[in-house]
Amino acid sequence: MPSLTGPTRVTILLFAQYAEAVGRSRVEISLPTDATVADLLSEFRRQVAGAASLPERLMCAVNLSHVLPGHHLRDGDEVAVLPPLAGG
Amino acid sequence: MTYLTESALDTSRLIAAVLTPERGGIAAFVGVVRSEHQGRAVTRLEYSAYPEMAEAECGRIVREAEARWPVRVVLEHRLGTLEVGEAAVVVVAAGAHRDEAFAACRHVIEELKRRVPIWKREHFVDGGLEWVNAAQDRGGAP
Repeated sequence: MPSLTGPTRVTILLFAQYAEAVGRSRVEISLPTDATVADLLSEFRRQVAGAASLPERLMCAVNLSHVLPGHHLRDGDEVAVLPPLAGG
Repeated sequence: MTYLTESALDTSRLIAAVLTPERGGIAAFVGVVRSEHQGRAVTRLEYSAYPEMAEAECGRIVREAEARWPVRVVLEHRLGTLEVGEAAVVVVAAGAHRDEAFAACRHVIEELKRRVPIWKREHFVDGGLEWVNAAQDRGGAP
């Protein structure tokens, strides 16, 4: 059955050493409806050169809040992939 | 920006901002750029952030502390290039007594390190340049 809601398009934001490893700070990715952060990261590693070199476990935030890998994404979400935090 | 700044931090000004006649216990934590990291001499640090989220997360942490203890908290974290000896972060918690001030101050700096998206790159005297991985340096996961 065709999806009535269309694809979920999200923006991945990269910072610090991860932005250097991938060579960019922003990537757009389309996903099936109701995809999770874990699904997004799989697609990201498959589609984007350099992404496969990032650690297996990645800390992510959606729309400025920390989330777990099972978090469901919506169209237009902004997903930040956060290198190990080093504030203070 | 409320919590992030590119200007030098002024601890006295932040303490003055929370002083009232009822608050008799003021605890301040100042995090300063160290001259060495794992045996290598450091010349300076570069701090960067995901500013929108760092602001939001700092706000959540301050509100949590103010809800849990009867204190007023101020927090500032510096971004950009810092020399050895300069303050990178200041937390001030002010309450009627020292117990709540110390507890809230400690909570805020620990949660900041655990949750706020800020990164730093160290410039070493030997010319090296490396991103700091605080979790790895502690020998465990974040």
